[in-house]
Amino acid sequence: MGDKTDVWQGTLSLMVLKTLEAMGPLHGYGIARRIEQTSGDLLALNYGTLYPALLKLEQEGAIASEWGQSENNRRAKFYSLTRVGRRLLDKEARSWEQTTAILARFLAPSEDAS
Amino acid sequence: MNRLRAWFRKLTGVVPTQQQEQEFSSELESHLQLHIDDNLRAGMTPADARRSAIIKLGGIEHTKQAHRETRTFPLIETTFQDIRYALRQLRRSPGFTATAILMLALGIGASIAIFAFVDAALIKPLPYADPTRLADVAEHGVAFPRSNISYLDFRDWQRLNKVFSSMEAYTGGGFLFKTSTGVEPVPAARVSDGFFRTLGIRPMLGRDFYSGEDQPNAPPTTILAYGTWQRRFGGRKDVIGQTISLSGTPTTIIGVLPQDFLFPPRGGAEFWTTVHQLSSCEKRRSCHNLFAIGRLKDGVSFETAQTEMAAIAKQLEIQYPGSNRDQGAHIGPLPELIVGQIRPILLVLLAGAFLLLVIACVNVASLLLVRSESRRREFAVRGALGASPSRLIRQFITEGFVLVAAGTCAGLASGVLAIRLLIGLVSKDMLASMPYLSRLGLNSHVLLFTAAIALLAAAIFSLTPVLRLPTATMREALNDGDRASAGTLWRRLGANLVVLELTIAVVLLVGAGLLGKSFYRLLHVDLAFEPSNLATLFVSLPQNTYNKDELVVTAAHKIIDRVSTLPGVTSVAITSTLPVSGNGNTDWIRIVGHPFHGEHNEVNEREVSSDYFKTIQARLLRGRLLTQQDDATRPRVTVINKAFADKYFPGEDPIGKKYGNGDLAPDSLKEIVGIVDNIRESSLDEDIWPAEYKAHNQDADSFFALVVRTSGDPTPVLTSLSAAVHQVDPGIGTFNVLTMQQRINDSQTAYLHRSAAWLVGGFAALALLLGVVGLYGVIAYSVSQRTREIGVRMALGAQRATVYQLILREAGVLTAIGITAGIVCALGASTMLRGLLFNIRTWDISTLAFVAIVLGAAALIASYIPAHRAASINPVEALRAE
Repeated sequence: MGDKTDVWQGTLSLMVLKTLEAMGPLHGYGIARRIEQTSGDLLALNYGTLYPALLKLEQEGAIASEWGQSENNRRAKFYSLTRVGRRLLDKEARSWEQTTAILARFLAPSEDAS
Repeated sequence: MNRLRAWFRKLTGVVPTQQQEQEFSSELESHLQLHIDDNLRAGMTPADARRSAIIKLGGIEHTKQAHRETRTFPLIETTFQDIRYALRQLRRSPGFTATAILMLALGIGASIAIFAFVDAALIKPLPYADPTRLADVAEHGVAFPRSNISYLDFRDWQRLNKVFSSMEAYTGGGFLFKTSTGVEPVPAARVSDGFFRTLGIRPMLGRDFYSGEDQPNAPPTTILAYGTWQRRFGGRKDVIGQTISLSGTPTTIIGVLPQDFLFPPRGGAEFWTTVHQLSSCEKRRSCHNLFAIGRLKDGVSFETAQTEMAAIAKQLEIQYPGSNRDQGAHIGPLPELIVGQIRPILLVLLAGAFLLLVIACVNVASLLLVRSESRRREFAVRGALGASPSRLIRQFITEGFVLVAAGTCAGLASGVLAIRLLIGLVSKDMLASMPYLSRLGLNSHVLLFTAAIALLAAAIFSLTPVLRLPTATMREALNDGDRASAGTLWRRLGANLVVLELTIAVVLLVGAGLLGKSFYRLLHVDLAFEPSNLATLFVSLPQNTYNKDELVVTAAHKIIDRVSTLPGVTSVAITSTLPVSGNGNTDWIRIVGHPFHGEHNEVNEREVSSDYFKTIQARLLRGRLLTQQDDATRPRVTVINKAFADKYFPGEDPIGKKYGNGDLAPDSLKEIVGIVDNIRESSLDEDIWPAEYKAHNQDADSFFALVVRTSGDPTPVLTSLSAAVHQVDPGIGTFNVLTMQQRINDSQTAYLHRSAAWLVGGFAALALLLGVVGLYGVIAYSVSQRTREIGVRMALGAQRATVYQLILREAGVLTAIGITAGIVCALGASTMLRGLLFNIRTWDISTLAFVAIVLGAAALIASYIPAHRAASINPVEALRAE
């Protein structure tokens, strides 16, 4: 439990978008659980922090929401990816890959030297 | 694009909707439910399942708040919250709110009203092309620093000067204008041809005067003032080219002046004509009846122009030693001539209004301080519950802004009312001489000024409580024991503010006292005649009909006889110029047998009928008065005033002496037959000049004033005067019927002094009230803070008298400091008033003493109430309450 990482600023929305792309329409709780599972339970996610991020994405038009029935017959608000969201996901994912690649190069030589 | 959309949706989210809130609540509820379901499936107890779900969420309220803040801009949203909270706070203490807003409205309203006048008169440029390059051009005589210029001098100046791109003359005048109800004398102006071009004014309809249209052979033409065109010609466009009769002369209307045109030196002029027909005065170089304007050439300064014109005047003096001796040139900015007289008064009033505003702000600020003091615990609690210091400070600032916003709105409303009221107090004649006041109103300047003072006030109000909000000691504020020390701190600050208020109140009171006393002295200046029960009326005989002196004299006698038969009339006379209308209309004299070197001995010249002195009840000092027998068939005689005798006949008996004009021309020689008291010909605040009273029978003028003495109130006679004159000849023009007392009270001098005295007096009264209320507030608060201390003192045996002393001493010290500081400041400030004061020094001891007593007494009353409350404290209750 002690080794869990906090979610970095800005990465949460990327995770949300990716989750929605992979899973299709999903409610907030589902997205939260899915992110936790995907991270291999390494992320310490306060589920509450997800909702402002969802709202922000919705304001940007990247996702849309709709009330529906959950698998165990509970009423829940389902979020789905829009076309804008798909484009945003592509862009964000690419820029994230670039960033990690650059960082990886920085970090790699120091490992060699040790 | 996305960001823009998000921004827009956030903006719309500013308006809080119940629906959004509910929807998110149910979303969270469903989230928890799903989580609880999972937890139950994992084998938890229902209670544990819910608890764990909430913990994992991070708190319901916390999540809701984070969501809310994303929904819109947190700053705007919390500002709305602050405003709502501020309004609620203000509603909860309506007494405080009403007082604060009322004070602000007073201060802001007064400032706005006075500023509107300042703007109309001093800030807005005059409606001419490049008004700062326009010069007032006049002559400079021995007695008058700025005197009329003679027509021939004007033409020479116009021809010889190289400093003005154009220089044009103007003079007043009047025409008898036939209307449906009879003949009406209307004010007019005569100008040289390029007058309007020099000002940069183009007629809105028709054309300007042609070049050369002011020459003697030019046909008579006139340009109408806009108001005249509207009022007398119904604003019809076809008036251009029409021929009207002005004093019997057929005159063609060629143009109409623009609506915003104004020329205060001839403010009331309805018809503008050229000087093409020279009056007898304009044919003589020694007769001065014009003024001129000039437009400075590029790069020429007023000083250069003054030097050059003085040189030209010097040249003419050498050329015409008789008429032009000591006649220099006076060049000054034209705007200065127009608004120079009203500027000091307006600036004094603006300063007064500003001081009032400061007092109002200080008062409201100290009220806010008292409130912040009593809200210390509230803020400490809010701080303890997690409100950040910046959020708390913002709350104060918001409250300050809300107060100021309300105060400014109320102030604007009261300012507009005050402007209406003040402009209503300005008489019609005064308005004609200050036409720029017609531009008064709520314009961008005034609104900008309002915004500026509102911002200033808001800054003061938000900063004062912030200074008193020591966030670090907030925790201590939760303890009651802290109260005493905080109270002391506040008392010191509040006391300083009250001293400031009292100081300002003293300054305003001293100003009002000086102006009031000076106004009183002005109205009680020695007139040397009896102004009550006198009715007056101006009479203008049409010169076409009355073209000979004998005809004028006969008509004057007929008018006097006719008016004498009116009921209540005891005596009737005529004079060429009414008393108290100002020095001027002068004659240059030379006394037979006295050394003479061509100097201009200037004396006021008046032509009066035989009963004049009896009618106005002026005292004869020596010799005899004029009689009915002193007519054209007899040698010319005059009565002189005491100043004349003192100046020109020191140690001599003037009776029987003769004098004439500079050349002692035989037809100008007059014999002095009597000396009268110094009848006040000058305006109220001017010096008495030597004056000569010639017999109207011997020196007739077709324009004169009728003076009617009545046995009782002259008002009933006023209405029948014109009719009586018209019974003699309906073609005679009459105007401006007023009682002498009205004329004196409405004279420009009295008017300016009165308005200054009343307005500053009003400000001072308000300042006194606010200052004393402020003092009361401080003392009352101090008493409420010291309840326990006083209780202890009384329990230990202090007498009630001692308690009174304790409180009154505190108030007394503040008042004494305030009065002393105020008097020191007032002495400095009243030098600003010097120009407005008449017959009174700026350090008038009795005024200063009176102000000190009034303020001291008011302060005593204000502090007696809390002192009394302190003395009646029940020590047992006071100690228990803490």
